[in-house]
Amino acid sequence: MRTIGKVTGIISNLVIVEVEGRVSQNEICFIEHSDAKLMAEVIKILGKKAYVQVFESTRGLRVGSPVEFVDHMLEVTLGPGLLSKNYDGLQNDLDKMEGVFLRKGDYTAPLDNDKLFAFTPLAKVGDKVSAGSWLGEVKENWISHKIMLPFKMTGEYTLVSIKEGGEFTVVDTIAVVKDKDGTEYPITMSQKWPVKIPIRTYKDKPRPFKIMETGIRVMDTLNPLAEGGTGFIPGPFGSGKTVLQHNISKNAEADLVIIAACGERANEVVEIFTEFPHLDDPRSGRKLMERTTIIANTSNMPVAAREASVYTAMTLAEYYRSMGLKVLLLADSTSRWAQALREMSNRMEELPGPDGFPMDLPAIISNFYSRAGFVYLNNGQTGSITFIGTVSPAGGNLKEPVTESTKKAARCFYALSQARADSKRYPAIDPIDSYSKYLEYPEIAEYLNKTVAPNWTANVFEAKDILLRGKEAHEQINILGDDGVPLNYHLKYWKAELIDFVILQQDAFDKIDSSSRLNRQHYMLEKVLWVCNTDFQFDSFEEVNPYFKRVINQFKQMNYAEFESDNFVKYENELDNIIQERKIA
Amino acid sequence: MEKNSKAFQRVYTKLFQLTKATVSLYATGIGYEELAIVDGRLAQVVKIMGDMVTLQVFAGTEGIATNAEVIFTGKAPTLKVSDELAGRFFNAYGEPLDGGQVMGQEREIGGPSVNPVRRKQPSELIATGIAGIDLNNSLVTGQKIPFFADPDQPFNQVMAMVALRAKADKIILAGIGLTNDDYLYFKQIFDNAGALDRIVGFINTTENPPVERLLVPDMALTAAEYFAVEKHQKVLVLLTDMTLYADALSIVSNRMDQIPSKDSMPGSLYSDLARLYEKAVQFPDGGSITIIAVTTLSGGDITHAIPDNTGYITEGQLFLRKDTDVGKVIVDPFRSLSRLKQLVIGKKTRQDHPQVMNAAVRLYADAANAKTKLENGFDLTNYDERTLDFAKEYSEKLLAIDVNIDVDTMLETAYSLFRKYFSPAEVGIRQEFIEKYWNQS
Ligand SMILES: Nc1ncnc2c1ncn2[C@@H]1O[C@H](COP(=O)(O)OP(=O)(O)O)[C@@H](O)[C@H]1O
Ligand SMILES: [Mg+2]
Repeated sequence: MRTIGKVTGIISNLVIVEVEGRVSQNEICFIEHSDAKLMAEVIKILGKKAYVQVFESTRGLRVGSPVEFVDHMLEVTLGPGLLSKNYDGLQNDLDKMEGVFLRKGDYTAPLDNDKLFAFTPLAKVGDKVSAGSWLGEVKENWISHKIMLPFKMTGEYTLVSIKEGGEFTVVDTIAVVKDKDGTEYPITMSQKWPVKIPIRTYKDKPRPFKIMETGIRVMDTLNPLAEGGTGFIPGPFGSGKTVLQHNISKNAEADLVIIAACGERANEVVEIFTEFPHLDDPRSGRKLMERTTIIANTSNMPVAAREASVYTAMTLAEYYRSMGLKVLLLADSTSRWAQALREMSNRMEELPGPDGFPMDLPAIISNFYSRAGFVYLNNGQTGSITFIGTVSPAGGNLKEPVTESTKKAARCFYALSQARADSKRYPAIDPIDSYSKYLEYPEIAEYLNKTVAPNWTANVFEAKDILLRGKEAHEQINILGDDGVPLNYHLKYWKAELIDFVILQQDAFDKIDSSSRLNRQHYMLEKVLWVCNTDFQFDSFEEVNPYFKRVINQFKQMNYAEFESDNFVKYENELDNIIQERKIA
Repeated sequence: MEKNSKAFQRVYTKLFQLTKATVSLYATGIGYEELAIVDGRLAQVVKIMGDMVTLQVFAGTEGIATNAEVIFTGKAPTLKVSDELAGRFFNAYGEPLDGGQVMGQEREIGGPSVNPVRRKQPSELIATGIAGIDLNNSLVTGQKIPFFADPDQPFNQVMAMVALRAKADKIILAGIGLTNDDYLYFKQIFDNAGALDRIVGFINTTENPPVERLLVPDMALTAAEYFAVEKHQKVLVLLTDMTLYADALSIVSNRMDQIPSKDSMPGSLYSDLARLYEKAVQFPDGGSITIIAVTTLSGGDITHAIPDNTGYITEGQLFLRKDTDVGKVIVDPFRSLSRLKQLVIGKKTRQDHPQVMNAAVRLYADAANAKTKLENGFDLTNYDERTLDFAKEYSEKLLAIDVNIDVDTMLETAYSLFRKYFSPAEVGIRQEFIEKYWNQS
């Protein structure tokens, strides 16, 4: 028998329910309201009173309304057909909903139960299997989607029977297993899993040792993100967080991309599902939408579902990682999730931490980031979740709880600067403040020097050094005046500007410039450093600025041209001539 | 105590708690957010605990006695919608100021959100003639964008100008703490333009109780949804001044003893504002809601919680300030942004538009650096001098709000300034554009 209760109090989306029977923390319940049932989650229990956060508007709700508890936590459904879907934060399929407006209590099935998938077995009768074992596979778009023994099945089982092939729906039985007592369990291609619990069907989680190519120069070249690594992008509004994440989602070297639009603009989600079906995935030649899943809890959707949305997205990512895939997970913005936690904590009159956020915010954030990672699966295959979250600091001030807590959890820090955004130096990642801890990992350095070029990391550090010295020179020039410093200072400043304009800045809306593969990044960095290491003849500082403007302009024309095309070569030749003009032999 | 006067209406006469903004009483069968009338004043249910009900009284509780009559209406606040709304002005409760009636269907205000997959990506340029907007921060139908301006800036004038040039089927004015003078100004300018029949106004002036303001944006947006969804019209909603809306939110949360977050604003400010602004939408069948708002600043401070949260929600902002070098109000190219501009510039406008725009702003930034140098008493280089001259002319001919030209002319003006002060390499745009346009205009 299911536990029931009735509503005794309502403050916005916090509802107090008097419960008859057992109830557990984070259990899901449904509140009857007019002809709908509103989904809610238990967040506190005090005697017979359960405090529940409702994932819908509570307008019109009355005390006395009946409540039914379902005896499980918030769960998602996992199976073939998740790709290319547009879900809300609770994994309702938005495309299946009727009407222009979202209706309260309209919950739709995440998977298409009547769609057929061609199943190929991977395991044999008699095999010993456990949670996460690959039993078979189906094609989902171009991904080979593994059908696994459900994650909830603890212990060891023996495969009793398995379909030899043929087309099945996600609810058809494709295999039967038995436990050590001989009890048999039918297995379908779909399963459920509670989102707040990590899926741990892997053997080992080593330190990341490869990089995840994003096509963004200032990331890949200067502060690379590791495959299975974590990074975050804090920045004031308008500094380019979303454009950067979208650009990464288009160009990153991932098998699939899961985007959690958490408490941000609906039009940004519309942009993805309008443009991605027409954009090519440079790696597979298929359409980008085929490798993308959207979890949309935009800012006008129920606040309580914001937290759910990021966990839903992470759980889908873990599911695909267990299939041995490279998953890229993006969340924009994790601050909205933190704010949702704050709203609820305030409503429950909990003792607030800094800026009113819950005391355990740092722990919540670091637990979440720790679910990313590169793993060796039990069958020896590898899979990864690379996670990038954005942070929206109040007033653009990075000394606030969400930024500070995230900084402790994420290994890459891509700080967007207002000043750079104001002067249209996009992406506005601050080259001095930002960092990638991965660059310090010997295994990453080794990987880069092996796959890109033997002198690669040395070049990267040299470029960083030039940027730093350029900044110092610029400060001196500002203090002492153009003619108050040696000419050399101007050169230092302009060499840093050269790296800024050619490597750091990248036009996200230009067809060619928006993405740069590593071989091209390598070529351009070599070329820029070659210029930086050239000795130039200048008679006065007044000559430096116009000369470097020409050099930069020439490099930019190269950036706008197809790599190694006729135009590219032409611009490069012209550049070489410009360099010869002032080069000291 | 409880008497049943009409069907659905339950009447109570015993209040056990009164604060400046709220009253509490014992009542049963009450719906959350239900509307009630307390001593003749409108109020809304904000909290229910067992049979204890707390109501927020929009006009304040001054003079309300413990035996005041409380009538529950059994429904959330509503607006009657029909074509009869057009050409008329209403108060915060949706009652016509002309004293008449509206025949129409009753709609709950603050209704549900549009399913994101039922939206269409905005793609229609709104031409305003103002280069600070069309060239640098192009507006698009279905966008939501505020003016950020100090109270002494002419934001209402610019907004009215934009509204009249925007070719909207309906213009819905939400006056939130509008001064009476500004209210009359809007009426007059729309009248002069012969546009009054396209206008619907929901007006709360500075003379009305501040908490009443909380209803105004929802009223306006409910009317907007009617025309956009049912009549497939292009609707432009003007919200002025959203800072006063947020102030009213903070008054209420403060009186209800909620823990304030930054700048005494409620912790839910982001969600409260997003709920309104996200009503901006483009529908596939042509109907749309575009929101242009005003957020007044205090001393240009955009880090204050109100502009800060707004900026995180809206699709850009138009920052008005006085350029003392040319003595004109300009749309500041640094602080202003239209996030939807990339959907139209270079697509609906000439292909070099994005690069020309960025190049001009970069050169303007160089001028700002040169100015700092000058102020610090340093010599300027020849390049610095040129950027300063450029900046002045750029400000006067393109950034000033009194400019009224088409986009091609804006681009030509930009090239003529580039040519006058710089070499192509200093401007640094794609070679193919230089070849095509540098000598043309
Ligand atoms: N890499 C880029 N190239 C060109 N423009 C950019 C780039 N990044 C950001 N922008 C501009 O800045 C605007 C705001 O960027 P967005 O990512 O939406 O900011 P945020 O998410 O930080 O608020 C964009 O609409 C675009 O005009
Ligand atoms: Mg964003």
